[in-house]
Amino acid sequence: MARSDVKLIGAWASPFVMRPRIALNLKSVPYEFLQETFGSKSELLLKSNPVHKKIPVLLHGDKPVCESNIIVEYIDDTWSSSGPSMLPSDPYDRAMARFWAAYIDEKWFVALKSFLKAGGEEEKKAVIAQLEEGNAFLEKAFIDCSKGKPFFNGDNIGYLDIALGCFLAWLRVTELAVSHKILDEAKTPSLSKWAENFCNDPAVKPVMPETAKLAEFAKKIFPKPQA
Amino acid sequence: MAERSESEEVKLLGMWASPFSRRIEIALTLKGVSYEFSEEDITNKSSLLLQLNPVYKMIPVLVHNGKPISESLVILEYIDETWRDNPILPQDPYEKAMARFWAKFVDEQIYVTAMKVVGKIGEERDAVVEATRDLLMFLEKELVGKDFFGGRSLGFVDIVATLVAFWLMRTEEIVGVKVVPVEKFPEIHRWVKNLLGNDVIKKCIPPEDEHLQYIRARSCVLSLGFV
Repeated sequence: MARSDVKLIGAWASPFVMRPRIALNLKSVPYEFLQETFGSKSELLLKSNPVHKKIPVLLHGDKPVCESNIIVEYIDDTWSSSGPSMLPSDPYDRAMARFWAAYIDEKWFVALKSFLKAGGEEEKKAVIAQLEEGNAFLEKAFIDCSKGKPFFNGDNIGYLDIALGCFLAWLRVTELAVSHKILDEAKTPSLSKWAENFCNDPAVKPVMPETAKLAEFAKKIFPKPQA
Repeated sequence: MAERSESEEVKLLGMWASPFSRRIEIALTLKGVSYEFSEEDITNKSSLLLQLNPVYKMIPVLVHNGKPISESLVILEYIDETWRDNPILPQDPYEKAMARFWAKFVDEQIYVTAMKVVGKIGEERDAVVEATRDLLMFLEKELVGKDFFGGRSLGFVDIVATLVAFWLMRTEEIVGVKVVPVEKFPEIHRWVKNLLGNDVIKKCIPPEDEHLQYIRARSCVLSLGFV
């Protein structure tokens, strides 16, 4: 049956897991969501991703695909005739999308994560500076990639929208926890508008965690009290 | 024959001893693409480099018809999509996903772990060597029954993993530890021999003597000597 042919091992709170979920929604691919319990790893996960032992893992038939952005591209390649393409057709535009997706994981998200863990004022200031530089880069990248359309991928959300947008709920939770506006309409107007559009997309809404629920969860896994 | 219009201009900002730069040269050479190479002094970066890669300020940067692309894995995919002769990535979506997975593994796991050996001695060094070997075992298993990671011929993972063959393995002499002993890694050793049988590889890797000299000169006691 089509439904059991595609499974996704993941967890509701993980932004990385959100990525393939949005992609599967965009392509109207039914799948079984196998939720991992926080704090433990299932046999299936360890067997399907022996290298990293991390979620998400897509199981297509019995073949596992790991690493969230790689899974998104796999979904785009496999169900190419269903729904719009998640990457632009031009090789240079595709390179830009991949470049910025890698930047988001290597630099931007690392900075966001460290904000929640940041101790003193000095540390916080340094992280804020990093995030502001990152946001400025992404604001410009959005203007370049979107070419006047609502999303990085143009008329519809795509690979890069998903790569960044998956962090929006965590971004809101962090803003609340540290009492600082990280995504500021005054500084990054285009990115802010994009964020609003992204969160309202029908492929995103069902899988975007509620801020309150996520904030509760964050308190559990980041025990250090903030602000 | 690779098509080339009059206006097509390919330039690579790189560094002769960098595995990330050399992998781009391998890809371009495999595809028969002519390019202008610009050697960067990484201790004194040119204003051109800073202008073309403001985000990371690093080589390699490929410039095609005036448009810059950074990040070696992104550049490799761009090259494969732009010049279609001698494909580097497989066509099949699953095989493609696996190639991307292993390439990421080499750069984000093997390279990062192996680099930690820098400046370490004794037990600390041994721990890093052990960790590196555990990671290399995954690659060892991937090579069983194959001439190359790409199967019968060179592919994406082979090009990326030249980092292991001609950088990590070349530093063994300087590090004073056989990180990749043939008894433990017969497949990897067999694969290196296969690589050395390929004309493009032979042409594009740094000449051994100069390379070893460079690594020795750059390191105090233990260094993998890449940028």
